[in-house]
Amino acid sequence: MVQTMSNGELKIVTVAERNPYGLKEPRAKKKTSVFSARNFQLWYGEHHVLKDIQLDVKENEVTAIIGPSGCGKSTFIKSLNRMVELVPSVKTNGEIIYRGRNIFDADFAVEELRTKVGMVFQKPNPFPKSIYDNVAYGPRIHGIKNKKLLDEIVEKSLRGAAIWDEVKDRLNDHAYRLSGGQQQRLCIARCLAIEPDVILMDEPTSALDPISTLKVEELILELKKQFSIIIVTHNMQQAARISEKTAFFLNGEVVEFDRTDKIFSTPRDKRTEDYISGRFG
Amino acid sequence: MAQDIGRVHVIRHLIEKSRDRKIKKMIEKMMPILLVLAASVCIATTFGILFTLVFETFEFFQRVSIIEYFFGTEWYPFSSGNPSFGVLPLIMGTLKVTIIAMIVAVPFGLAVAIYLSEYASGRTRKFIKPVLEILAGVPTIVYGFFALTFVTPILQIFIPSLKLFNAISPGIVVGMMILPSIISLSEDAMNAVPNAIREGALALGATKLEVALKVVLPAAFSGIIASIVLAISRAIGETMIVTLAGGAMPSFDFSVTGSIQTMTAYIVQVSSGDAGYGTVIYYSMYAVGFTLFIFTLLMNFIAHKISKRFREEY
Repeated sequence: MVQTMSNGELKIVTVAERNPYGLKEPRAKKKTSVFSARNFQLWYGEHHVLKDIQLDVKENEVTAIIGPSGCGKSTFIKSLNRMVELVPSVKTNGEIIYRGRNIFDADFAVEELRTKVGMVFQKPNPFPKSIYDNVAYGPRIHGIKNKKLLDEIVEKSLRGAAIWDEVKDRLNDHAYRLSGGQQQRLCIARCLAIEPDVILMDEPTSALDPISTLKVEELILELKKQFSIIIVTHNMQQAARISEKTAFFLNGEVVEFDRTDKIFSTPRDKRTEDYISGRFG
Repeated sequence: MAQDIGRVHVIRHLIEKSRDRKIKKMIEKMMPILLVLAASVCIATTFGILFTLVFETFEFFQRVSIIEYFFGTEWYPFSSGNPSFGVLPLIMGTLKVTIIAMIVAVPFGLAVAIYLSEYASGRTRKFIKPVLEILAGVPTIVYGFFALTFVTPILQIFIPSLKLFNAISPGIVVGMMILPSIISLSEDAMNAVPNAIREGALALGATKLEVALKVVLPAAFSGIIASIVLAISRAIGETMIVTLAGGAMPSFDFSVTGSIQTMTAYIVQVSSGDAGYGTVIYYSMYAVGFTLFIFTLLMNFIAHKISKRFREEY
């Protein structure tokens, strides 16, 4: 968040500075929902992909979505910032409530939603620009032109994505000269630069090697202090390592949604057990 | 099982037989030679043209001084008493037409390309693309007529001082002629930008226009520049439109309403007239042709450099 200081300067204020006594205290009792899906349905043409989804995503948690290929988990996460609408034949029904507002309401501009709900994709997709311009792109299109402020945002975002030390001396290098793992963290930085509320991650490590994956996972654990994160993953160990809640999707339905430790130790549903123990999928 | 093995042997045998065929070996040996021959015909033609141009241009400069040719501002080759061969008025004519054509074609072409690649639905695109191809297939002589008998009279309503032969009308029509190539090459370049990059920008809350102008356009920049430079070089070389609608009175000024003559139109004038072999006028045609060649060569060279320099690998 940007605040105007008493001396007229613009300054970026971190969540911790805004709330110096810690976030946990007031929210420890009951976390508010950021997203709640209510009877959410989705079709691609005639194909019924998501059936009656009910899901509550809480603030400052990592929610993992697991399930076999084709179960609709990616479609669901892309519904949350309405990226799914890029598919021309898509139809939806039901509601997804983001902080009290239905995201499909006519007066909720999709661009506004997407500035609040950032997204990191399966394959790193930096723009064919310099590292600096990649991170500054978001703030720039939303009207920030002040060079000093941009510099500050870029540094802060790159630090936030744990890539600052690797790139601080070559901010003007082309983003494609970074390794795959670095590119993915750059994409996370790009997402952080517009200070989203929620970060959606669609299999963010599936194109990365194990070491880069580890770095991104550590980063996610760091980021959840400030952001709510929803992550789709094929890697069940990953879900177990980083998430508080896990939803198991199968054939377009939420089979089970619970605390991650419960899902992995004592699942209620037989299908969940079969899936996590590797019997199918 | 035994049958299977037997069959395998048959296949093996057929393969061996085919490999042993003499004719196949012959073709295999002859083919590269034929291909090289085909390639050398192209190269020989290029050098043949270049040689003729250089040789006859050399003859021309035996009769007219190089300084007069390149720096003279008067082009009166047919003046019986005192002919002058300053090429600048012809170059001026070519530049006027080219610049007007680019003013028409670049903004318009880019707008259509952005529309086609970022906004148009599959159905609209399927309709517009063939129409553009028709536009590209119209013979230039038809464009020339169009400029002279349609565009010029309309322009004269708005600009009363416009002469029958002028630079604006052929300029605009040359712009229309090169429009399809700018559109189709630029659109190809924009289409080649991966969707993942567009999605990245959309996910940051960018609008469609912001994605088109601030992500796709810069990413496709090298292809777009290449298409523009190619179009410039076609505009420079364009002949029929400027011959019909531009007139035959080269003058070294900046007026676009009066008659002009381009390098290409001059060559048409001489080669369709009755300049005798070996006269200065005859050789001047080659000198002008050579100058034109240098211009287009330069443009191609620039296009190559620019697209290499700005190539963004994605």
